[in-house]
Amino acid sequence: MTSLSESRLARTWADLRGTGRSALIPYLTAGFPDPATSVAALRAAARHADILEVGVPFSDPVADGPTIQRSTFQALAHGVSLPETLELIKDARLDVPVVLFSYFNPVLQFGLDRLLERAAALGLAGLLLTDLPAGADSEVERAVRASPLDLIRLVAPTTRGARLDDAVRDAEGFIYLVARLGVTGASRELAAGLGESVARVRAATSLPVAVGFGISTADQARTVAGLAEGVVVGSAGVDALARGGVEALDRLLGELRTAMAPA
Amino acid sequence: MTLAPPAEVGQAGRFGPYGGRYVPETLVAALEELATLYDGVRADETFWGEYHALLHDVVGRPSLLSEAPRFSARVGARVLLKREDLNHTGAHKINNTIGQALLARRMGKPRIIAETGAGQHGVATATICARFGLECVVYMGAEDVERQALNVFRMRLLGATVVPVESGTRTLKDATNEALRDWVTNVESTHYIIGSVVGPDPFPRMVRDFQSVIGTEARRQVLERLGRLPDQVVACVGGGSNAMGIFAGFRDDGDVALVGVEAAGEGVASGHHSATLTAGRPGVLHGALSYLLQDPSGQVAPAHSVSAGLDYPGVGPEHAWLRDTGRVAYAAVDDATALRAFRDFARDEGIIPALETAHAIGWIAEARARGRQEDVVLLCLSGRGDKDVAHVAALLDGAV
Repeated sequence: MTSLSESRLARTWADLRGTGRSALIPYLTAGFPDPATSVAALRAAARHADILEVGVPFSDPVADGPTIQRSTFQALAHGVSLPETLELIKDARLDVPVVLFSYFNPVLQFGLDRLLERAAALGLAGLLLTDLPAGADSEVERAVRASPLDLIRLVAPTTRGARLDDAVRDAEGFIYLVARLGVTGASRELAAGLGESVARVRAATSLPVAVGFGISTADQARTVAGLAEGVVVGSAGVDALARGGVEALDRLLGELRTAMAPA
Repeated sequence: MTLAPPAEVGQAGRFGPYGGRYVPETLVAALEELATLYDGVRADETFWGEYHALLHDVVGRPSLLSEAPRFSARVGARVLLKREDLNHTGAHKINNTIGQALLARRMGKPRIIAETGAGQHGVATATICARFGLECVVYMGAEDVERQALNVFRMRLLGATVVPVESGTRTLKDATNEALRDWVTNVESTHYIIGSVVGPDPFPRMVRDFQSVIGTEARRQVLERLGRLPDQVVACVGGGSNAMGIFAGFRDDGDVALVGVEAAGEGVASGHHSATLTAGRPGVLHGALSYLLQDPSGQVAPAHSVSAGLDYPGVGPEHAWLRDTGRVAYAAVDDATALRAFRDFARDEGIIPALETAHAIGWIAEARARGRQEDVVLLCLSGRGDKDVAHVAALLDGAV
């Protein structure tokens, strides 16, 4: 069991509390737009990030919208799957905590124990399995909890009542609150009722809350930073990388970082 | 009339190790609601009464059990046909859509979505939505939209919106992905009528129960006609709903051999096939652990079959368990054999079968070559082939 005092993410949150800042948590698809650029993008993102989420490409990303789907298919075309993702993370020599973000099947085929061993050796901080909700597989949950990696849980707007208690009970690191119903992707406006969703999660757990899905602008990042300990930016960064390369990604994350600075 | 479905098999949404609920968190509440509702209606005679009344009124059930004299003579066995092709809309799919539409109505959900491969499930869903006055959106791979143009037009006539899916393989797998994305977005107003015994719990057991009317009727009809059970029951398997439906009537009859026939496409060795249980290995797709066609790193491999309804790299989790336990034997038949069976069966029996069903027919037709034939074979004639005629004409270049 990872106790809060020893987890890498817990130390990050403790440091952030001292500064009064919220965490900027960019997501990038490993291997997009190509393996070499992906390493450069991870390093650029790490300069702005408090925590970095690295997505493992999967052929059937049912929780993702068009932007991340396209990035995933392009990464797969470059032969990047879970083993190559671990290599890219190693090559990037990142000095921020990394959360590995994956659909379950690539992990199942690689072998969970083998992955946890490799991930621990690489110094990864956490694991988030998009399609393995709490209670779906108790053996997997036990194995991740017994590893140095934190098991990050998603909470959705539909996660309420007893289900919310189940979803957060064995969560570690932080809670990833999905801001709205739907798949990943930028949206013009933040979901109504986001404040209530954050309050609901806070009532159920003392873990920090990071909010993601649909956050793409500086204004949105500033608003969410006022509500939650963490701001996840996925599709917007992937889109910037697709359109303007590492430079555009660097610029976007810099803007968001500035917007999130405490007043 | 049977009012209650067969006994539950599978605890906690699992069949042995297979099944489960591997879904984004957003869908968990909806699946819990659906499972609770379904567990409640399992013993609710009012529900099953309503369901069977609609099967009679809308579908025309019970479906016939027919002889197949000339085909029987050719293959050297008495082959009996369970005529799901005579159902309204032309296939077994409507049995399931009626059950799920009733559940959607009980949940007060006004919007229905579905995925479809050959278009039969889409047509069946559009039909019951028209009858119930529900909004209907059907996701269909762009390649299937092209090869099943007739069914696309039928769905639109019935008032459904058909959304061609251009991503990935442009077939059933990616249509299912897109339907799941819609469901994640609109889950509060929408019920997803999955068309086969696939997906997260409770879908595989629910769809099996709604299709088990095939096996329940067929068992009674064979007994009435012959005073004995068949030696063998044969059905095609894509996701596997017609097979689960007919097998459900015979699984406890240990002397009845059950055979599921998958699509071998251009041959299992070619790598271009849909023979999941023959050549796949366990993996997670579309919410369940089952056999899966995939590469070594767990990326789902594209399936291939001449038949759009079998062109799917996964298979229902209960089939995975029936394979491992040995209760059902699974075989695979290639495109060429299925096409030959499609044409020969039409000439032997005056019945144009669905290309999916033609795989099961092809397997029976080749039994003699395998050197063994059972005395009485029950075939699930899961659908009719009108939808396939233009596609087959193009493949055979008119050379029937």
